[in-house]
Amino acid sequence: MTEGTGIGAPVRRKEDKRFITGKGRYLDDINRTGQAYAYFLRSPHAHAKINGIDVAAAKASSGVVAVLTGAELAADQIGPLICGWAITQKNGEPHNAPAHPALAVDKVRYVGDHVAIVIADSLAEAKDAAEKIEVDYQELPPVVDIASALADGAPQVHDDVAGNLCYDWELGDKAATDAAFSGAHHVAKLDLVNNRLIPNAMEPRAALADYDSGIDELTLYTTSQNPHVARLVLAAFNGIAPENKLRVIAPDVGGGFGSKIFIYAEELCCLWAARKINRPVKWTGERSESFMADAHGRDHVTTAELALDQEGKFLAMRVSTMANFGAYLSTFATAVPSYLYGTLLAGQYTTPAIYCEVKGGFTNTAPVDAYRGAGRPEATYVVERLVEVAARDMGIDPAELRKRNFVAPDAFPYQTPVIMAYDSGNYQLSLDKAMEMINASGFAQRKADSESRGKLRGLGYSAYIEACGIAPSAAVGSLGAGVGLWESGQIRFNPTGSVTIYTGSHSHGQGHETTFAQLVSDHLGVPIENIEVSHGDTGTVPFGMGTYGSRSLAVGGSAIMKAADKIVEKSKKIAAHLMEAAVEDVEHSRGVFSVAGTDKSVTIAEVAFTAYVPHNYPEGLEPGLDETAFYDPLNFTFPAGTHIAEVEIDPATGVVEVADWAAVDDFGNIINPMIVEGQVHGGIAQGVGQALLENTVYDKETGQLVTGSYMDYCMPRADDLPSFKVETTNTPCPHNPLGVKGCGEAGAIAAPAALMNAITNALGKEIDMPATPEKVWQAAQTAQAAE
Amino acid sequence: MEMTGEQRIAASRETVWQALNDPDVLRQSIPGAETVDKVSDTEFTATVTAKVGPVKAKFKGNVALSDIDPPNGYTISGEGKGGAAGFGKGEAKVTLTEDGGDTVLSYAVTASVGGKLAQIGSRLIDGVAKKMADDFFTTFNEIVAAGTAPTAGEAAVEAAPEDVTAAALEAADRAVEEVRQARGANPWVWVGGLILVVVLVLIYFSRS
Repeated sequence: MTEGTGIGAPVRRKEDKRFITGKGRYLDDINRTGQAYAYFLRSPHAHAKINGIDVAAAKASSGVVAVLTGAELAADQIGPLICGWAITQKNGEPHNAPAHPALAVDKVRYVGDHVAIVIADSLAEAKDAAEKIEVDYQELPPVVDIASALADGAPQVHDDVAGNLCYDWELGDKAATDAAFSGAHHVAKLDLVNNRLIPNAMEPRAALADYDSGIDELTLYTTSQNPHVARLVLAAFNGIAPENKLRVIAPDVGGGFGSKIFIYAEELCCLWAARKINRPVKWTGERSESFMADAHGRDHVTTAELALDQEGKFLAMRVSTMANFGAYLSTFATAVPSYLYGTLLAGQYTTPAIYCEVKGGFTNTAPVDAYRGAGRPEATYVVERLVEVAARDMGIDPAELRKRNFVAPDAFPYQTPVIMAYDSGNYQLSLDKAMEMINASGFAQRKADSESRGKLRGLGYSAYIEACGIAPSAAVGSLGAGVGLWESGQIRFNPTGSVTIYTGSHSHGQGHETTFAQLVSDHLGVPIENIEVSHGDTGTVPFGMGTYGSRSLAVGGSAIMKAADKIVEKSKKIAAHLMEAAVEDVEHSRGVFSVAGTDKSVTIAEVAFTAYVPHNYPEGLEPGLDETAFYDPLNFTFPAGTHIAEVEIDPATGVVEVADWAAVDDFGNIINPMIVEGQVHGGIAQGVGQALLENTVYDKETGQLVTGSYMDYCMPRADDLPSFKVETTNTPCPHNPLGVKGCGEAGAIAAPAALMNAITNALGKEIDMPATPEKVWQAAQTAQAAE
Repeated sequence: MEMTGEQRIAASRETVWQALNDPDVLRQSIPGAETVDKVSDTEFTATVTAKVGPVKAKFKGNVALSDIDPPNGYTISGEGKGGAAGFGKGEAKVTLTEDGGDTVLSYAVTASVGGKLAQIGSRLIDGVAKKMADDFFTTFNEIVAAGTAPTAGEAAVEAAPEDVTAAALEAADRAVEEVRQARGANPWVWVGGLILVVVLVLIYFSRS
């Protein structure tokens, strides 16, 4: 491991001092003079017509400043909320996009849907007034699961969306796939449910909108992963204010996992109300609101088939998925079960023909959108569980079956049948290393030991791949994305040689303040303690697309490197002048500029001082040392690896103990191995949560959210997890300047399949997530009875 | 939530019917009932204050009677609104049958809660409802068996169903109010909402 503070060194996170000493500045820590407090009245019904809303008593309530409803929002032409990714259906038609008002107008469509905003001098008064709002609801039958919603005769969530169908989409060559199936030696088949998850970021969403009537400018403080995208959408599509009159600030944000990418009703309404009442308006979500109204994740129902020849070579794969979008389309909902999912179904394998069809539809549940991994965990789960089933069906060792089908290390770039061109990798290397770390060859002995104690033991593989570094703008544009997905970076030297980096990436737990500082410190020779990283403020950062899809280092970091190159280029001119040498003779290494073949050198600190105090300066050169760059990636990056889980199950109780875990991830080059390992740990924990514990349940009859608190929604804890064995392999990404791939989501993508393959290996029976003790116990009992 | 059961009451059907239709008896028997007001012959409002654990809650609600078939039984249904706290609603079919000198009261209840009540309290509703039902019948049985029920005439009989309904409604109302007051404070608050449902259940019983 590298010493010091440069690239490759496990530098302690600069930001942690304030986080662990209570000095973080989260949204609820921010207050504005004279602010009023907002409270949202939410629908208690899953599906109901609104016959009327009487706000008279609420308006007359103590301390109330305003009570606003959907009718007023519509009258002011604010909103509706948008979905920013257009999907073309099988039949060539665009996806069905029903209106998404920020406050309900004629109907409420899920429990937690926004009905009115009450603004008062205090939060207590706002809540008291909300109790006095009389809403005349006419209940309608709800539908909560996607299979029921797409069936004939289902309740209609939107009157203008027939059959609740958002889109019927396909990817791949159907004819070639069907032909390969018809000639197959064996077809492995699996029905799967990818359980719906609630993100549960530690900090609930919040918004504080401040209107300055003197300059007619709105400032929004919000828990966002992408403040510039929020500003763009609020300005261009929601009618809040022009971009030059809207500043969006996302300060320290306590976790996002995707749920804070989106532009929600709450911040929109706070902005609207702040201008209307000419006072700052603050809303802080409560945990109950997070459960009800943060965008949920996953929720797929899938049938998948894999065709194999006699030797176990994959011939073709066929996948049919139904995806639940909830009641409305969230900001990027449509992309998740289509282009972020179907395009990863080749996995690490050379499967020559793949066909995927996805029906996305509406239900009376909270909107569903990207959640850590966003489509790729769903794809990996399908591929890796199906491969395991094929191995069991054919009696081939699951590791061996994978090896027979891996894309070979010399086959890159590798074009899959589902759009993606993998950039680099060595899949067998990761698998072999993981097998060694978990001592796969000793598993039979450990299993025998477990059985001697009356326990079941299982080993499960997950050889995952994902697409990160989102994304080449032209490529995603051709697939329907409404935005470019480049990133900006700015390096500003101060006259005394210290540096501020401005990045369009946003850190809400990823450690950018450390990693990005390491990049610049290593490249430009500035001591890391002299480097600040500034992010999250549209008023200071040039521009940005934010943080999601494990893109920050690959795209945001690359933009910073491009800016560093510009700094070096200009510095060489200044250094050449100071050393009275020709520019082409000046060499640069880590902040030291020297003339080849001489002992002459100047440091970048001297160059910076000269740039700002240009008394002795090259003619015609601009003063200052401050460079901005934009970086648009040439391709996605493709982190991949193998996770192996080992479990021991007590058939008497159904309790699954995660006995061991080996993770080998190829993230390309590593900047800070400690941060990478932390990201992997967190990702695995989230994946284990999905596989063992977490599930979102809506009551089928009433549409009520049954798992609406931590009494009923079970999150993973430290005692549910083993000590992970984490290693990396490092095949550099060939197309970005850092050779990096992205590590933020890998754990959550790899883990569920590894764990479920281990559990089903132990049980000898397929079950769906989450593998709760009850479900595992029942499977263990029926498996024993069958013996 | 679904709940069925029956109670043997040591009194004649006539006596039970009268007691069930006596607002005073109901008010005494329904845990926390404060007011029972008649809106029409088959509709009532009621306020009930209930305490579960550390939380006291007040619900306001409306109750309606249907399928009235004296003295065999009826269906009673009710709904209590808690504003931001959500709602509770339920329906009970109640029948009275004679068995020797006693009366057997049978009930089949379905009830549900929505919004925050469901989000926080759905797991607790069964236990709360059963406890409330037990408390109701214990008190009711004591009163009827002790002969403190009004001996009262036809007027009482006719009015009683309505009063019962009203009690349920009021109970619901008060519970709602208390939920409002306690709102946001503690998960137990929402349990108060469940009580509304229980109250409605009780009312059903009383009606028969």
